[in-house]
Amino acid sequence: MPKRKLLLTFPPNLVDKPITYHLVKDYDLELNILRARVTPKEEGRLIVELSGEEEKLKSGEEFLIAVGVGVEPLALDIIFYEDRCTQCTACAGVCRSGAITVERKEMKIIFEKEKCIACELCITACPFHAVEIKF
Amino acid sequence: MAKTIQEINEKIKRGEVVVVTAEEVIDIVAEEGVKKAAQKIDVVTTGTFGPMCSSGAYFNVGHTRPRIKFGGGKVYLNDVPAYAGIAATDFYLGATALPDEDPRNSVFPGKFEYGGGHVIEDLVMGKEVRLVVQTYGTNCYPRKKLETWIGLKDMNEAVLFNPRNAYQNYNVAVNLSDKVIYTYMGMLMPKLGNANYCSAGQLSPLLNDPEYRTIGVGTRIFLGGGIGYVVWNGTQHNPSVLRGENRIPLRPAGTLAVLGDLKAMSPNWLRGASLVGYGCSLAVGIGVPIPILDEEVLRATAVKDSDIWAPVVDYSQDYPQLESKILAEVNYSQLKSGRIELMGKKVPTGGLSSYFKAREIANILKSWIKSGRFTLTEPVASLPDSRTGIVFKNLIERPLSSKTE
Repeated sequence: MPKRKLLLTFPPNLVDKPITYHLVKDYDLELNILRARVTPKEEGRLIVELSGEEEKLKSGEEFLIAVGVGVEPLALDIIFYEDRCTQCTACAGVCRSGAITVERKEMKIIFEKEKCIACELCITACPFHAVEIKF
Repeated sequence: MAKTIQEINEKIKRGEVVVVTAEEVIDIVAEEGVKKAAQKIDVVTTGTFGPMCSSGAYFNVGHTRPRIKFGGGKVYLNDVPAYAGIAATDFYLGATALPDEDPRNSVFPGKFEYGGGHVIEDLVMGKEVRLVVQTYGTNCYPRKKLETWIGLKDMNEAVLFNPRNAYQNYNVAVNLSDKVIYTYMGMLMPKLGNANYCSAGQLSPLLNDPEYRTIGVGTRIFLGGGIGYVVWNGTQHNPSVLRGENRIPLRPAGTLAVLGDLKAMSPNWLRGASLVGYGCSLAVGIGVPIPILDEEVLRATAVKDSDIWAPVVDYSQDYPQLESKILAEVNYSQLKSGRIELMGKKVPTGGLSSYFKAREIANILKSWIKSGRFTLTEPVASLPDSRTGIVFKNLIERPLSSKTE
């Protein structure tokens, strides 16, 4: 089943509307919320993974755009600065997506960008500013 | 067969010294036994690299025309305040110092992006920093204000002086509450969401010389990529804690005060640290050589992660309330596996001390000794051990009203 990771931006007037509900109900899409930040009367941001038939994915996206939701393919730019990393492994204890693991013999960090769900826990956990996220 | 430090130094000069790291010695002892290994090996090198508060540096920047007296005034390096109450142009910058305008934890958790540790890292990187001084004038020091760029090369002295580093074992921090907490042991997720430790374990200097037989005042060491010295026991040195049968402390125990020329150090081994919600610190690389004087010294260096046990402490309630409750004891082999079993739960672990860099340090020190550029020193005084009865005290408060001045 085709999948798509999207960054949805909700303008203030849409924040209190049940829009994702329609994606499920009317477009038969499976919706996995990876990350959400919604503040009342302000902009809301949602990172979702949508899966469904190609045709329905397309109409779902069209629906979102028509009601005024910003739709962008998720181009997460997670930067792992190898030179700033001290291999302390503080990030590994908080990473739940499996993107950060430790090669246990060397005790060295392995960072797999494609597994990252942009939860940003590693950014908070890292004492050396070795991870940055831009989106 | 006992050896002396002098004999080992002669071997270093002749290029015949046998040096191995505290990691390598484990297999050698397992294969060849203590007796044979002690005859063969002359030096075992250790290493550690982790955020160590109670670090900092003192500086002398020379005199201006007209003269200015920093002492009694205010001194800032890149907006981070330094302690000026020493002399006219001497000052000390602590790793945890923060700019006056840093919001700290007013919006919780604060980010603590830049502090004293970062200034030290910038200086060591060769960057110039803003030195700003405001003070009062005197007949001999009339000037009241100074603003200038300055780098390490401009200074007379720049000396890293850390009152407490290289903790011999440390707590494993967990959070039993239902909210995320932010500590000097990192971010701790609710309900035992993670466990953070901070020691190089089998590579850590004082865990390889548990009763301070060779490491003492005057021991020459690898410090921040340069050469430094153990100058005293560290603050909070607590040799009398509970120890295992192998004499390894089961609680945070000994510490070292270390000093060395900052100008000769490298940003690879001195790194500013930001602990979200807590503050700034400095990650310091330290490597200590252990001369194999006899079989007992060697036996202690062969200690393995699985033989070193650390106390698990709750940092949501017990630690802040100074409760000495220990939830469990786990060893460093378990901690480094990435997961420990705690109160029936599998808890992911994270380190704050880099084992990877600790190993690099032990290897660099090994190469320095093998190449003859680093010789060993005889300590001029011992560190207090468990026989001294020294115990780390908590502060007993006495109301100011209880006594008249």
